[in-house]
Amino acid sequence: MPTLTYRDALNQALREEMQRDPDVFLMGEEVGVYQGAYKVSRGLLEEFGPQRVVDTPIAELGFAGIGVGAAMAGLRPVIEFMTWNFALLALDQIVNSAAKMLYMSGGQLRMPIVFRGPNGAALQLSSQHSQAWDSWLAHIPGLKVVAPATPADAKGLLKSAIRDNNPVIVLEGEMLYNIKGDVPEGEHLVPIGRADVKRTGTDVTLICHSKTVTVALKAAEQLAEQSVSAEVVDLRSLRPMDEPAILESVAKTNRAVVVEEGWPHCGVGAQVVDIIQRDAFDQLDAPVQRVTQADVPMPYNKHLERAAKPSPEKVVAAARRVLYLE
Amino acid sequence: MATATAQSAKDQTQSELHRHMLRDMLLIRRFEEKAAEAYALGKIGGFCHLYIGQEAVAAGSLAALRPDDYVICSYREHGQALGRGVPPGAVMAELFGKATGCSKGKGGSMHLFDAGRRFLGGHGIVGGHIPLAAGIAFALKYKSGDQVCLCYFGEAAVNIGAFHEALNMASVWKLPVIFLCENNRYGMGTAFERVAAVTDVVEHACSYDIAAEMVDGMNALTVYEATRRAVERARKGGHPTLLEVRTYRYMGHSMSDPLHGVYRTKDEVEEQRKRDPITQLADKLKEEGVLDQGALDSMDAEIRAEVDAAVQFADESPDPEAGELATDVLAD
Repeated sequence: MPTLTYRDALNQALREEMQRDPDVFLMGEEVGVYQGAYKVSRGLLEEFGPQRVVDTPIAELGFAGIGVGAAMAGLRPVIEFMTWNFALLALDQIVNSAAKMLYMSGGQLRMPIVFRGPNGAALQLSSQHSQAWDSWLAHIPGLKVVAPATPADAKGLLKSAIRDNNPVIVLEGEMLYNIKGDVPEGEHLVPIGRADVKRTGTDVTLICHSKTVTVALKAAEQLAEQSVSAEVVDLRSLRPMDEPAILESVAKTNRAVVVEEGWPHCGVGAQVVDIIQRDAFDQLDAPVQRVTQADVPMPYNKHLERAAKPSPEKVVAAARRVLYLE
Repeated sequence: MATATAQSAKDQTQSELHRHMLRDMLLIRRFEEKAAEAYALGKIGGFCHLYIGQEAVAAGSLAALRPDDYVICSYREHGQALGRGVPPGAVMAELFGKATGCSKGKGGSMHLFDAGRRFLGGHGIVGGHIPLAAGIAFALKYKSGDQVCLCYFGEAAVNIGAFHEALNMASVWKLPVIFLCENNRYGMGTAFERVAAVTDVVEHACSYDIAAEMVDGMNALTVYEATRRAVERARKGGHPTLLEVRTYRYMGHSMSDPLHGVYRTKDEVEEQRKRDPITQLADKLKEEGVLDQGALDSMDAEIRAEVDAAVQFADESPDPEAGELATDVLAD
């Protein structure tokens, strides 16, 4: 199986889906001539031409809305945001137009559109360019939200997203584009709504997604050195969320830590904790712990930034708390 | 002789078109009057924005479209839905929130949809649907068709960013879209000149290098002619047009608002009523001998019966099944 970067896996997914279906097109800032701000669209303009790889002005609300309109008229747009930080300007189109079109039209207008781009903290980009929007988007009925952690999942989930007849949010980890992994060639589809156990264990479940999967896996290694067997459950999809996978793991370990890049208040972890307390209350041996971004805007200073982000050490400490080891 | 026959056929076609526009306007007027009654009776809930006074805009512009063209509107769209041929019963049933409504009772007054007639809503966020119109036009051009998209919005939407972003991209990409601004002078209770630095909406076209035309919106024929020119431009070369159609709403912003309130005078409303678009066209057709008062009366009677039937249909239709709550959230 070929080894690819996360970036190239996404590129492969786009290329394959554009080859497969002429109604699929890519639109966003710098996606064409510049080859993508993060080089996800490298080579696509040359292969598919300017009609299908469309450079836009810096006008997120406008081109997100143009994508929605194009989907209303039968195309399958892939709208790239240079980062999700800028997509806030387009939230009206994502929430009020895309997510509700099928419902408020009484089922008449499907909305096969993908909104994708990098999400989550980067390195020393300070407050406006370093944040995770997962819970904001996962809150909205009518959307699907995926957040792949590996190159293989990035390819498989993006391909599934493009073929889906609903608006799908693809949250790409801004710090993941360079990571490498085995990626199946050709028809590799990861179903939306299915979690994946990235490491099996028996003592504690670490529930995570996107970049925090890497964080949790490192924490699991450190815990193994302390004779603690941690299971790492990668949610992969935030809406719909794979409740059975969460419950199955917690039933086995009786302890859970939820890790995410977002802020704690009303975060994705809060939803996971709700699922666990509702359906696995009697199986819990300790209150569920959460590891999140600190409840502050992201600071620029690198020491402060490190203190703000989830880290393997913080996850290890939380795991030890649910195991009553501290 | 052949020329005379052709001329006479043309006149007849034109008379037919004018009669058709008059009928559409009258249908919209009678429909909205009934909607106001039904609202007062509590049969229609929420926000309900009536079109009375603005009928010439929908009737005139829609007459310039083909059935395979696309239409998208703001939340003041009962008139456009009827003008596009959505059955009055399906529109009234939607206002009543019934299962037989054109959006199955899930959209209401602000979200009328009829995909088969390429009537793509009914959108409730001011200006939010203007980029959607450009997107529909993008898809039409992508598919190499010669259809166009006609987009209606009020003058208040001109102050929002979505309008400017959409016009810019529509011009850069030469999209077959007509941006039709219905300037009825007030965004809810705020006079346009109080909040707009440039009060001739057409002037904005200069910023985006697109064609523009200022149109008398109380005259269905001028609206038709201007829209026809814009449609032709869009169909032939994909060039967008901004039409500023000057019109006036007789009613309050929505049914929850007063008729004139403190932001305009009763006299102003009365003055505008003297330019009533239906009376104008009816008088013209009577002068030309296309129809007499008797024909007009029977047209009106027929329309009143049609609207009564729509109300009866809406009244007698069932509410959506309880299970409908959770359908249409996601497609298969």
